[in-house]
Amino acid sequence: MDVPLIQTKNLKKYFNNKTGSLHAVDGVNISINEGETLGVVGESGCGKSTLGRVVLRLLEPTDGEVLFAGESILSYNRKKMKDMRKQMQIIFQDPFASLNPRMTLSEIIAEPIKVCKVLTKKKDILERVFELMKTVGLAERFVNTYPHELDGGRRQRIGVARALALNPQFIVCDEPVSALDVSIQAQILNLMMDLQDSLGLTYMFISHDLSVVKHISAHIAVMYLGQCVEMAATDQLFENPSHPYTRALLDAIPIPSLKHRKEINVIQGEVTSPINPKPGCRFAPRCPQVSSDCLLPGLSLQEIEPDHFVACTLYQEQER
Amino acid sequence: MTELNEEALVTKPSALAKVDQFRKKSQFKAVWIRFQRNRLGMFGLVLFLLMITAVLGADLYLDYEGQAISHNLSVRFQSPSLKHFFGTDQFGRDVLARIIYGGRISMFVGMATVCVSLTAGSLIGATAAYYGGKVDNTLMRIMDIFLAIPSTLMAITIVAALGSSIFNLILAMGISQTPRMSRIVRSSVLSVKGQEYIEAARACGTSDQRIIFRHILPNAMGPILVQVTQTVARSVITISSLSFIGLGVSEPTPEWGSMLSEAKSQLRYYPYLAISPGVAIVMTVMSLTLVGDGLRDALDPRLKN
Amino acid sequence: MRQNLLEIKDLHVMYRTDDDQIYALNGVNLKVELGKTLGLVGETGAGKTTTALSIMRLLPDRVGFIQRGEIYLAGQNLLKLSEGEMRLLRGNEISMIFQDPMTSLNPIHTVGKQIAEVLELHNPELKKGMIEAKVDELMEMVGIPADRKGEYPHQFSGGMKQRIVIAMALACNPKLLLADEPTTALDVTIQAQVLKMMNKLKEKLKTSMILITHDLGVVAQICDAVAIMYAGEIIEMGTVEDIFNNQQHHPYTVALFGSIPDMTQKTDRLNPIAGLMPDPASLPPGCRFAERCPHCLEICRTTSPRVVSKQSHQIKCHLFTGAEGLRDQDQKTRI
Repeated sequence: MDVPLIQTKNLKKYFNNKTGSLHAVDGVNISINEGETLGVVGESGCGKSTLGRVVLRLLEPTDGEVLFAGESILSYNRKKMKDMRKQMQIIFQDPFASLNPRMTLSEIIAEPIKVCKVLTKKKDILERVFELMKTVGLAERFVNTYPHELDGGRRQRIGVARALALNPQFIVCDEPVSALDVSIQAQILNLMMDLQDSLGLTYMFISHDLSVVKHISAHIAVMYLGQCVEMAATDQLFENPSHPYTRALLDAIPIPSLKHRKEINVIQGEVTSPINPKPGCRFAPRCPQVSSDCLLPGLSLQEIEPDHFVACTLYQEQER
Repeated sequence: MTELNEEALVTKPSALAKVDQFRKKSQFKAVWIRFQRNRLGMFGLVLFLLMITAVLGADLYLDYEGQAISHNLSVRFQSPSLKHFFGTDQFGRDVLARIIYGGRISMFVGMATVCVSLTAGSLIGATAAYYGGKVDNTLMRIMDIFLAIPSTLMAITIVAALGSSIFNLILAMGISQTPRMSRIVRSSVLSVKGQEYIEAARACGTSDQRIIFRHILPNAMGPILVQVTQTVARSVITISSLSFIGLGVSEPTPEWGSMLSEAKSQLRYYPYLAISPGVAIVMTVMSLTLVGDGLRDALDPRLKN
Repeated sequence: MRQNLLEIKDLHVMYRTDDDQIYALNGVNLKVELGKTLGLVGETGAGKTTTALSIMRLLPDRVGFIQRGEIYLAGQNLLKLSEGEMRLLRGNEISMIFQDPMTSLNPIHTVGKQIAEVLELHNPELKKGMIEAKVDELMEMVGIPADRKGEYPHQFSGGMKQRIVIAMALACNPKLLLADEPTTALDVTIQAQVLKMMNKLKEKLKTSMILITHDLGVVAQICDAVAIMYAGEIIEMGTVEDIFNNQQHHPYTVALFGSIPDMTQKTDRLNPIAGLMPDPASLPPGCRFAERCPHCLEICRTTSPRVVSKQSHQIKCHLFTGAEGLRDQDQKTRI
């Protein structure tokens, strides 16, 4: 398994608006091995959702490459891309906005099958719908209900079933549990992990919640203002968080135990938006360990230990 | 894996049979049930249906030539009585019969106008909203120019230029209502277009056409339907105004506007001649507005059943 | 015996809509001690916000009704006050912070003016200069430079706006602050900043607070007491030590803790709570949690359990209504 299933090379997505160029995703290199989960963590505005959409080519990148099983999908024409879409799907955050309110559960799940003409007979399609409903744990009696008649957890199961309808290999999960209550969140997370085991799915799991990401991911990429600042295997990242931002993020999470009741370590400042960013480290204005080096351009991810990459001047002295 | 199965499969009927087994009331039915709860809306609908029935079935109980067209000067200017519920006009024609036959024109023109403006408006509005950018800008600026001209004035101009026939009338009013319709369609399409389920549809390679017709329009339908009822109401008023000033339907064809116009000279002595077509116009417009309001409330799928 | 600032007794609240009667609160008993922070924890629909709105008497008109119960603030029954008297109390003695800082500020007034307005409303005798000085002081207190008071809400970030909302809520030194998910809409690093600030202010101003949240982590950070709600009832209440360190809990509390991914250790699967919260329009008889409870007994389905208490710790569950009741804390037996 030498070729990762998903790989991005120097991926960039800029949005031009009145105030300037917004660098939503700026030179991101990630790779996800088949059957694994990459967690993408960051605060609002760090470009994690944009990254997910660019990887799926729902947004056209400004620059860079997206490779699926070693092949660049950006050169694909419309028809080939449509075929490609069967392989890669998306699950959305909001189980209220992501389902068409005028369609019944079975129509929603059947829609991708009809669009891609995988099955054509009405009976076959319905059988597949029931199979998918069983897979995600929706009772058959819901087959003709509308999304607004169901609760958040069940709606999110519909979203999962729709994503599975075309038997994809790769699914981008954009904050799939953050709109749900904790007990329901646990149900959906378990479901997604079970599906990964039984169907061999590859996930890109986008979330702002490190504890959820830790639970489900093999690797984690931490993003800040459009750039990936640290990427490592999950255990490594939690044992040895190296980028000051990763540490700040870990410190900021309130832990439900009195043992960890402590003077909360707080980093100052606010997340700004990456409009016409200056060269150098984007975290520098908030970083407790900032130095003059941080404002120099040319910062990139360095491997500080096997499979652990950090983009921070603290670890780049030897190269400079 | 136990929680994956909310209910174990007991029997194995075919998928089609199972779907029927769990078939529930359709969404249309649900909307209808919600609409029924709205008393004013129901009142409007019943009133409108009564008027439609009376108008469509007019030939069964009235004689068009005999009662609404031919002059019968011996019975002119009769006050309302059992024989002539609304009295007779200066040529001895039965006012009730003329109102009912006049309703045919008003309602037909109203409906036809909506068909014209809805088709044109949906096409323009949906295209503008879906493709955005330059397409949107160009189309909507053209609509803005049309919108700057008062719609009655524009209808008058078109009818004056093309000559007054029912067809020209429909065309004129259809064109003058199109900008309004296209703006409504555009704004409701825009609000739906940003939803995540549209993105979900794009993610599995759905064509633009399918997205517009299957995902966007059904969800944008609410405000458009309400606008449709209002457009019918507005058209009824517009055609009456045009006829009132002599540009719409002309004598002897009965029409509410021209009846009002004739009655205005007799207003002092025979006010019932003006009151009855006036009431007819008000009732039509009011019933349609009430239906529109009721529809708006009933169509929101997020409201609880 | 410490003095209770707020005491709620047997509060029942119902929402009446066109087709349904929704039983939002079904006999809530709650106490907040002077100067302490109570964390009110529960999932969506448990009745947390309804409790807060009942205290403020701001339940939606013609829809929400307090059926019975008493709410005492410093010995005064709030439910007996007239609307005018209540209006004087709001913002002055009780104030509330809402979840979404984006919508709780008026976009067309400067933030300084909005803070000043609260002050003027409740202190008509204050001079203009005094009010300006107080506004500056409040803004510095929540960590915003006072020279930004001439700016409009949209010029501030989400965290900053929430700080301003807090400044407004604290403007009149209220006895009780109701904070409804004050940090849920914020990013974690900003949440940490706001929590730290609230912790500091709490110590400085000695305000009592009810913190409504679904995040047990936040509760562990800043609360002194915890009440856990389920389907319109308080099912467990105690000090933070009772809830986080004690070994005996209501099965729902156990399940709630079990369903959070644990940051400190590696687990393969989470333990979600099977099923859903009962429909508040048709509540089951007996214990509301019975249907989802792994320890459900015969009696749970028919009879509502009474509250068993041991010192500060109270649990509403049949598992503890037997002869032995709640054991001492040193006996380590988990239900």
